[in-house]
Amino acid sequence: MALPKYTEPHYRIWHYIYLTICGAVFFFLIAPLFVIFPLSFNAEEFLSFSEGMKRLDPDAFSLRWYKDMIYGTKNPWGLAAKNSFIIAIFATIGSVILGTVAALGLSSRHMPYKGLIMAVLISPMIVPLIISGVAIFFFMAKAGLAATHTGIVLAHIILGTPFVVITVTATLSGFDHSVTRAAASLGSDPVNTFMKITLPLILPGVISGGLFAFVTSFDEVVVVLFLAGLENTTIPIQMWTGLREQLSPTILAVATCLIILSTLILVTAELLRRRSERLRGINQ
Amino acid sequence: MSSETKQILTTDGIPLEVSLKKAEKKNKIKAFLLVAPLLFFLIITYVFPIGDMLFRSVDDKMVTQMLPKTFKAMENWDGQELPDEEVFAAFHEDFVKLVEDKREGKLSTQLNYTKNGFKSIIKKLRRASKKFEEGNYKEQIMSVHKRWADVEYWRAIQRRAPEFTGQKYLKGMDMYVNEEGKIVSVEEDRRIHRVLWLRTLEIAFFVTVFCFLMAYPIAHLLATLPMKYSNLLMICVLLPFWTSLLVRTASWMILLQQQGIVNDFFVGIGLVADDNRPEMMYNKTGSYVAMTQILLPFMVLPLYSVMKTISPSLMRAGKSLGGTPFVAFWKVYFPLTIPGIGAGCLLVFILAIGYYITPALVGGASGTLISNQIAFHMKSTLDWSFASAMGLMLLSGVLVIYWLYNKIVGIDNIKLG
Repeated sequence: MALPKYTEPHYRIWHYIYLTICGAVFFFLIAPLFVIFPLSFNAEEFLSFSEGMKRLDPDAFSLRWYKDMIYGTKNPWGLAAKNSFIIAIFATIGSVILGTVAALGLSSRHMPYKGLIMAVLISPMIVPLIISGVAIFFFMAKAGLAATHTGIVLAHIILGTPFVVITVTATLSGFDHSVTRAAASLGSDPVNTFMKITLPLILPGVISGGLFAFVTSFDEVVVVLFLAGLENTTIPIQMWTGLREQLSPTILAVATCLIILSTLILVTAELLRRRSERLRGINQ
Repeated sequence: MSSETKQILTTDGIPLEVSLKKAEKKNKIKAFLLVAPLLFFLIITYVFPIGDMLFRSVDDKMVTQMLPKTFKAMENWDGQELPDEEVFAAFHEDFVKLVEDKREGKLSTQLNYTKNGFKSIIKKLRRASKKFEEGNYKEQIMSVHKRWADVEYWRAIQRRAPEFTGQKYLKGMDMYVNEEGKIVSVEEDRRIHRVLWLRTLEIAFFVTVFCFLMAYPIAHLLATLPMKYSNLLMICVLLPFWTSLLVRTASWMILLQQQGIVNDFFVGIGLVADDNRPEMMYNKTGSYVAMTQILLPFMVLPLYSVMKTISPSLMRAGKSLGGTPFVAFWKVYFPLTIPGIGAGCLLVFILAIGYYITPALVGGASGTLISNQIAFHMKSTLDWSFASAMGLMLLSGVLVIYWLYNKIVGIDNIKLG
């Protein structure tokens, strides 16, 4: 953002102040994440930079905590990771199917009581999580699903569907319905039309909604804390107990892995968003 | 009549209007059937349970069912002096039955909520009641402990007679029904819930303000920079957004601890002495700093998406009409960003007001919010009806905010990227 040559000096100064403020805010946003990387390679048991690390002494760095994360005795991370992935994958599948089908109905212009139904469908996103947690817990306890994988998966479907509904309805708002009519006029039945015509076109929206649902489930801790038993422990629960009880650098090793995972998800989501914008002709 | 003669018929002889309505209805049903699975799933697993919370929060049948005969006998009691033998006998009968079912402990917990001091006298009564002789229960019960001869305690029992009660809501606002049946506040030093509500509002408000002040400049920069730079900078906003909440909280715990990097830095530049490092975590400061950073992306993204649609030529037009850049910004640019500001502030405020995890980890005792109290009652004291009442109070607060927002800005003006 180069300034024009004729800019007066005090605006010039103001402009640099503005850029400095922006720089500081970006630093505030992103820097905390980068503290975790070096500390997870700490050879010692402390959560601050040792003298050796400050001198960049190679002996001060080690993979000790990563080994502990994977091979440590009685370590909970293996089970937690397995549970987290299983729960997140099933919750994502459930959210995507329910959410996409509902979005198809919602974006039909014949849909009655659209506003009211939309409000109900996205309510889990609007209501504070702690309240959702209490309500879902009451339901699962009554249904006998507390402390089961099924219960947690269902809870995460509740929390994940609003994202799918929103992203897919947004994609469908730019959808040209004459293509489905064309397919129908050529003798295709509705299911076939959906699979061959509609789905491929709205796929970027479906996948990014699915990514949201996946991340929601994978990171969710408030509801899971109410629902999970010892067998259903997940990564967020382990991190929560770890952070509350003894802050061991193993948590930082896990956190580093999670940051890498979120980077991958971010890249995928961004690529999809751009592709979707290109397809919808927003950003040629 | 002319309308009849002009009525258009379809090929099968049905009037067009009827036929169209039929087709329309079919389409409506089709659309609804697509939404139905999710709608019913959510109604059963989510909407009803919230209604269940409402029921639990006012439900007080437990004591009513534990002392049915006592409450029946109490109907004729005016509550002025000690009740008659009839009430004592009925209470004894109910109590013996409770002891048989081993439920007298539950009764003492419940009555203790209403008035402190029931726990020990019920224990004493259980032991003594085994040796009770038939008849004249009033004398026998009163001789167990002097509190049983205190009319206050009998009034406390009577207050638990109704099947429904609003006392949990009153308790959430640090109020209770006193002996005369009036609603009064608890003593000044025991008003823990009011402090929590105010603190929740205060923290949510200031976090929203901080987020707004920090997000506005960077959203503006992102919206005005050329694509290739802004995409790169956008990562700084999106990476925290996609990163686990616990990871981000963990990084603040490392940064803010007493031997942490922020304190090291302050010592390094000579702001504080090495032996006098300030406590930046486990208090309000911790909650403020961590929550602001964690919620910042939720402010940046709506602002950015609104700013992106504002044409730069508008600012140029403002300037060419004689406005200084500041005037042009204030009169032209800023009003156009209001939908984004509204959406961002609403989102951040509502997320902040229900925050639980971060305050619990970095907030300490003085930085915890109302959500922590709800979780505490759900998991530790197991007073679920109280947790439900507080949850619903919080929920109604959130709904009021939505309503106000809709009145002032209009919910349709919301832009979420």
